[in-house]
Amino acid sequence: MDDVIIGLEVHVQLNRLSSKLFCGCSTDYHNDPPNSHTCPVCLGLPGSLPVINRKAVEFSIRVGLALNCRIEQQTMFYRKNYYYPDLPKGFQISQYDFPLATGGHIMIKGEDGERNIRITRAHMEEDPGRLVHAGTIDRAKYTMVDYNRCGMPLLEVVTEPDLRSPKEARAFLDKLRTILEYLDVFDGSLEGSMRVDSNISLAGGDRAEVKNISSFKGVEKALSYEITRQRNLRRRNIRVVQETRHFDELRNVTVSIRSKEEAHDYRYFPEMDLVPIRVADWVPNVQASLPELPDARRDRFREQYGISDDHAKSLTSEIKVADFYEQVASRTDPRLAAVWIADVLKGELNYRSLGIDRFSPDHMVEIVSMLASQEITEDGAVILLRTLLDRKIPSLVDTEKPGATKAGGQLSVRVCDLVGSLGLARAGDQAVRAAVRDAVAECASAVSDYRSGNERAINFVVGVVMKKTRGRASPAEAHRMVQEEIEKGS
Amino acid sequence: MLAQLREQILAGSAEEYLSRLFDRIDRSKLNAFTTLDRENALGQAREFDRSPRKGLMAGIPIAIKDGISTMGIETTCSSRILKGYIPPYDAHVIERLKAEGAIIMGKTNMDEFAMGTSTETSAFGPTRNPWDLQRVPGGSSGGSAACVAAGEAPCSLGSDTGGSVRCPASFCGVVGLKPTYGLVSRYGLIAYANSLEQIGPITRTAEDSAFLLDVIAGHDPRDSTSAPAAAKGRYLDGLDGGVKDLLIGVPDEYFGEGVDPMVEKAVWDSVSVLEGLGATWQRVSLPHTRYALATYYIIAMSECSSNLARFDGLRYGRRPGDDKDWHTTFSEIRSAGFGPEAKRRILLGTYALSAGYYGRYYLKALQVRTLIKQDFERALEKVDLLASATMPFPAFRIGERISDPLSLYMADIFTVPVNLAGVPAISIPCGFADGLPIGLQLIGRPFQESLLLRAAQAYQATTPHHLRTPEVA
Repeated sequence: MDDVIIGLEVHVQLNRLSSKLFCGCSTDYHNDPPNSHTCPVCLGLPGSLPVINRKAVEFSIRVGLALNCRIEQQTMFYRKNYYYPDLPKGFQISQYDFPLATGGHIMIKGEDGERNIRITRAHMEEDPGRLVHAGTIDRAKYTMVDYNRCGMPLLEVVTEPDLRSPKEARAFLDKLRTILEYLDVFDGSLEGSMRVDSNISLAGGDRAEVKNISSFKGVEKALSYEITRQRNLRRRNIRVVQETRHFDELRNVTVSIRSKEEAHDYRYFPEMDLVPIRVADWVPNVQASLPELPDARRDRFREQYGISDDHAKSLTSEIKVADFYEQVASRTDPRLAAVWIADVLKGELNYRSLGIDRFSPDHMVEIVSMLASQEITEDGAVILLRTLLDRKIPSLVDTEKPGATKAGGQLSVRVCDLVGSLGLARAGDQAVRAAVRDAVAECASAVSDYRSGNERAINFVVGVVMKKTRGRASPAEAHRMVQEEIEKGS
Repeated sequence: MLAQLREQILAGSAEEYLSRLFDRIDRSKLNAFTTLDRENALGQAREFDRSPRKGLMAGIPIAIKDGISTMGIETTCSSRILKGYIPPYDAHVIERLKAEGAIIMGKTNMDEFAMGTSTETSAFGPTRNPWDLQRVPGGSSGGSAACVAAGEAPCSLGSDTGGSVRCPASFCGVVGLKPTYGLVSRYGLIAYANSLEQIGPITRTAEDSAFLLDVIAGHDPRDSTSAPAAAKGRYLDGLDGGVKDLLIGVPDEYFGEGVDPMVEKAVWDSVSVLEGLGATWQRVSLPHTRYALATYYIIAMSECSSNLARFDGLRYGRRPGDDKDWHTTFSEIRSAGFGPEAKRRILLGTYALSAGYYGRYYLKALQVRTLIKQDFERALEKVDLLASATMPFPAFRIGERISDPLSLYMADIFTVPVNLAGVPAISIPCGFADGLPIGLQLIGRPFQESLLLRAAQAYQATTPHHLRTPEVA
């Protein structure tokens, strides 16, 4: 895919702020009725005026610094003029010249190794409202507008056309999300919190812009479709025209919505109702308060806990997982914990589409410790994980509500009790030895196959041992003991 | 006057006083009001009579320009497109007035969205000048000035984007103050050109102007351009300090061609009066004056093309006919809702901001605006205030200029530079030409309204012009 050129414009809702960008309305509207989080300012009522949410500026500086951007000395707002029913003022307050942050970069996992992706700029703007249709857009008799989202603080992050495949685009978004969550400015689990416009072209061709893709999977699908479409046009000697396209998530296709000739003239000009902000003065304090970012944490994990780079990367790609790991690693064998969290627990959670907050770090500590002291086998540990996940034990989040004590919540289930009730305690040496003796006696033909040089025949005998101990023996141990038993008898 | 009125109302009856005003308005031929909030206002007056409350404005009625948001009272900017819009909130100045016990009588007529110099662009018909019913009251706050001149309200608020308080004050023979940009919160003032406009008091005397400014000025966190609290003065204090220490500048560029000789004479006479009171004067120059009109109209129209984009009939205001697709519906609503002057300015402003023209018009205008501002800074380093005519001529006839927008725009030549510079200015009656009032404009340094008011007060203490009232009804 050497000829694919992709640039992204990512709209990120700074939804960890408690109030909107230019008014005091709450940002916590997701479970509330439409148009219940509005005021004269975000509704754009005549005479209302915007006032900048200074916390939003601080959050944006935080992101700008984390993306290795230069922060402008003095930043200011512009009006972007266009008509649309979700835009109550007939313009969007955005940035144009002197955007808050410019010229940054981040590392992502590329098609072949780590790649540096340049960030053109990151600027602040207000989110418009949301159009809602009864049924599908085609069939609905009318459109309704919900202004709850209107005025939500957005940060638009624009990349250079440095991405080479849909997979890299996805990797960029994953990395961006990780950074934003580390900065505690963003919660990616909320609907519509990250929306992507993407520019895509094949080398030498004109580019198409695919607008408003609202899911990570959608980005990969839309870009893949677009590449196929543009390749097929080229194969038929048809020129790709510069245009704006819309991604239809239901049908997985992109459709043209505007040609270059119909492109908007947004008539940007300064928003005189707001005053320029000298952000240069804020930078030292914000810089000093930046948390450890994913790449730095990955390096530290490797060094501090002596774990592999792959494990360190996997554990730091989500801040919640990284926090979880550190809680566990500080109380038990950190290397074993890394393996069991990165390789096993994450897989079990993914399979169930659960977040890590559904698993208790205390349980993990117990399981890893019992593994380390050989009280349970690896098979037993997996059964424990699955049992704890599938018992629909109330999540930690629920039990940590004020008033609920930890002891009375999830921890009422103790791993050692489960080990008992499920019979997962690792079989003692005597019991295993007895099972080995019985197995060797019962499997005469396998034993003789082994003796005559078929080394793999021994696995059958080990399998019988595992059956006899109901999985409570370590397979490696059983293997060694079967070998000894056969050699003793020969 | 307002201070005495407050005592009279307290001793007498707020309801009786207000009823007399409403009777007068009922008989009036001026068309100064778009909406009267009669029942509410009389109810508040009755309540006041039963249990008088304290406050600078206790029991005093006031008329409000229809471009200022009043909770529960229809606010239209004299435009069809806002017909039926009842704001759910009060402008900052209305909150301040209510907090001091004022009674909102109703809303006054204006040029549509404050775009005009004559109140003829109102969708609800022109307001007439109380001195001559065939003439315009000036604009855009024509209703606010006419009602005060005719005794239909003791005081009012207007807004001044390019002279909209001072021009009608001049034409109607009352006092109009345009405060420094940032002194009075614009929160709730429906924007025409937001980088230029300020709400200002219209009264009979300089003292009343100070009285009202004391109430409405001051910091408001909801307006990002609002000046810090320290910028606000105590305008009634020191009002009688006289002009002995003041040096007045008379700008060369504000005299000569296009200025009515009787107006020019009245201004020179006024300078002589101030000189007689102990002030000194000298000529000064504001060299970029000749660019002011073009600069003002490009900036104002550009801003208005964006400010007026929100009027699409979707959330409030008039929504005639059936809904079609949103694009068609918006176009139909705006075509039917805006008058010709609003459309002209939206179109010209849209053009000036368009790709390829932005640098040539809007950006250039911003640069010239800086030069004009510097003119005032330099002049006001040398002198304490500037004196000129407010308008180059007295009130013209209804219909005389409305069909020729350029000649109408020319009338703003002495008022718009003040808004471009953001400095304060006051217009006070300074004589008559064939029975029509003439206005003297005094311009001061930023946030030195006290000085302007002191000079105006000294002038009014020795001249009779502001005491003459028109013979109406």
